[in-house]
Amino acid sequence: MENILGRVLPDYIEGYGEVKPFSGAFSNLGVKGKSQVFVKCVSPRDVKLLNSIREALEKCEIKDGMTVSFHHHLRNGDYVLNMVMDEIANMGIKDIKVAASSIFPVHAPLVEHIKNGVVTGIYANYMSGPVAEAVSKGLLKYPAIMHTHGGRARAIESGDLKIDIAFIAAPTCDEYGNINGVYGPSACGSLGYAIPDAMYAKRVVAITDNLVSYPACPIEISQEYVDFIVKVDSIGDPKGIVSGTTKITKDPVGLKIAKMAAQVIEASGLLKDGFSFQTGAGGISLAVAKYVRDLMKNKGIKGSFAAGGITGYIVDMFEEGLFEALFDVQCFDLKAVESYRRNVAHQGMSASLYGNPHNKGAVVNRLDVMILGATEIDLDFNVNVTTGSDGIIMGGSGGHSDTAAGSKLAIVVTKLLKGRLPIVVDKVTTVTTPGETIDVVVTERGIAVNPKRQDLIEKLKNTNLPIMTIEELKSIAEKMVGVPEKIEFDDKIVAVVEYRDGTVIDVVKKVKE
Amino acid sequence: MKLRRTMLFMPGNNPGMIQNAPILGADSIILDLEDAVSLDEKDAARLLVKNALETLDFTGCEVVVRINSIKSDFGYDDLNVIARVKPDAILVPKATEEDIEEIDEILSTIEREEKFKLGSIKLIPLVETALGLENIRETILASKRNIAVLLGAEDLTADMGIKRTREGNEIFYARSKVASVCRAFKIDAIDTPFADVNDIEGLIEDTKRAKAIGMTGKAAINPRQIDYIHDVFSPTMEEIMYAKRVLHAKEEALREGKGVFSLDGKMVDAPVIQRAENIIMKAKLAGIIRE
Repeated sequence: MENILGRVLPDYIEGYGEVKPFSGAFSNLGVKGKSQVFVKCVSPRDVKLLNSIREALEKCEIKDGMTVSFHHHLRNGDYVLNMVMDEIANMGIKDIKVAASSIFPVHAPLVEHIKNGVVTGIYANYMSGPVAEAVSKGLLKYPAIMHTHGGRARAIESGDLKIDIAFIAAPTCDEYGNINGVYGPSACGSLGYAIPDAMYAKRVVAITDNLVSYPACPIEISQEYVDFIVKVDSIGDPKGIVSGTTKITKDPVGLKIAKMAAQVIEASGLLKDGFSFQTGAGGISLAVAKYVRDLMKNKGIKGSFAAGGITGYIVDMFEEGLFEALFDVQCFDLKAVESYRRNVAHQGMSASLYGNPHNKGAVVNRLDVMILGATEIDLDFNVNVTTGSDGIIMGGSGGHSDTAAGSKLAIVVTKLLKGRLPIVVDKVTTVTTPGETIDVVVTERGIAVNPKRQDLIEKLKNTNLPIMTIEELKSIAEKMVGVPEKIEFDDKIVAVVEYRDGTVIDVVKKVKE
Repeated sequence: MKLRRTMLFMPGNNPGMIQNAPILGADSIILDLEDAVSLDEKDAARLLVKNALETLDFTGCEVVVRINSIKSDFGYDDLNVIARVKPDAILVPKATEEDIEEIDEILSTIEREEKFKLGSIKLIPLVETALGLENIRETILASKRNIAVLLGAEDLTADMGIKRTREGNEIFYARSKVASVCRAFKIDAIDTPFADVNDIEGLIEDTKRAKAIGMTGKAAINPRQIDYIHDVFSPTMEEIMYAKRVLHAKEEALREGKGVFSLDGKMVDAPVIQRAENIIMKAKLAGIIRE
């Protein structure tokens, strides 16, 4: 069958199940149920603090075929996933499904577990590095399932993703399971992605390297959700967890794109008191914040909130009074951690509050402007952030699709050429985010507005910005670098890309060798 | 009228940078075959710049190539290869009257061979020696192709054995001389680049000093400098508003049949009107006001 974007999908995928085709960003709403959780009750004298991960696994009655979950606040410094999976492998357990909100290069040891049959399935919102490559090569028994940040929360809450044991990397924890991310040697700030896991998994184990006396305050994940606690020497490498500072790019092309994106925001009419904004931590995206900051200051605009993964740069804007509040699902640097600890208006948010389409309203629905990246964007404005130019998985939606759907103005900022490759193509290799939720693409050589946004096209006509059609952008790129050869794929499906509502927007196939 | 507020130097041997040269916002781009390119890369850079000129779309951006001195081993080859792909102008290092005369002749020959319009490739002499500075009048008169003079203060101060400073008092005379002579011949006077790319405040002050003396634009060595230089050399909103009022008053005076008129109690004469027209023209070219 084909979904509404014309992507050819099987009706049934082994290891995934029946395929519900994507049928539009807002077509699968209505009344939705939530999963029932069976809790093993704790008696007043029970001891939750255990001696080892092994003991925790045994007490949780780990067995073949279970699903274990992890969250990615420790990012590329995370030790927890590897420690737990090594122990599971040592116990001779097989056929484990790993539901990690994101997978990074540090998780390379997972590749061996995949090869040995210890791990046969993966759920992730984002993956890069050796595991992503192994998945792309078809080493994993079943296709990986790629969620969005909000979609993962939805899957957990609805019971589509049933977690047997959730492991919470706890930068600070007490012996009864109260957890926060703001203190300890591995402090990472908000623990937003771990919250659905803690609330809906059958068993929850906190792994900490900073065991404090009861009660650990402030409490982000509270004791009533936590079965066991294990103290280890270290849960992560601080260097890989958060960076000291996030800096604005000096790349003149990136800055030019960022400046034009800010001009688009200004021309859209959304930049006024009560403005809300989200952008990423890297490269061009963060540079947009710089120009938005200048504009807000010059015009004396007081914004409502900034959201998402929070950087020190956004904290600066908050502290200057440019935003009343921050919604933080993950801190990107030490300054953000510090602000999250100190300031009550720097709010934590769970992955569900952030972007779940099947709750009573996520924060993304309140966003005015979202700045997004792209590895490819096509003539229908569909965006790929899942696979690279070689067809190999190198990312995933994360919050991309959630924020694009929720925000009033979703702007993709990207160089028109990366290396020698054009970014605007006829059809993206993999659809991560549907074009109907993307409003504008800003490149160094021109700006294309989605034709469905005639209102915006009208507003931008009154500026000096280089507005053109996306076909014109593609033609400029191809004139410079030509049309790349098509990647050839096998029939084997290595990953299923789920839209945030649980329908299948695309599949990733194995690259022909 | 063409704005030449900024002329951005880019190494002629860096394809990644050259590819993006047209979109960085500079009024002019100088693709450099001279100082930015080491001796063993001269041939490669020449070919790269030639191909860039043939391939890339430089719409809205003047393209200038700095060749090696024709007294060096590379200058004639540079000229012969680059002129055939028709840059807007050639920047001539340590230019003398004789150099300019010789290059003018070579260009005429190439233009005839390639069937380009005669005189269409322009010249910009680079003044960077004491002799060059003192002979600037003759150098300008040596060719009708000259559209601007670029002051190169680093080499000039080295030639004079004096220290280059952030404040730039040592080049006050050179700037004044270049500005005055260029104005006399109605060509642009382009100021020397500001070397510290991280000192934005210093750049702005330096640009203001150059403008105050009569320089009409400034060379840049980093794309980040462009916006700041443009800010200094572009008309301010105040200037634009005043110019609009002058032109409005002029129209009214014409309608009423008055030859001489006044605005805010001051008499408005031809130079004031000329200045107002220039400001409006510049503001339109700079994209500050729309047509």
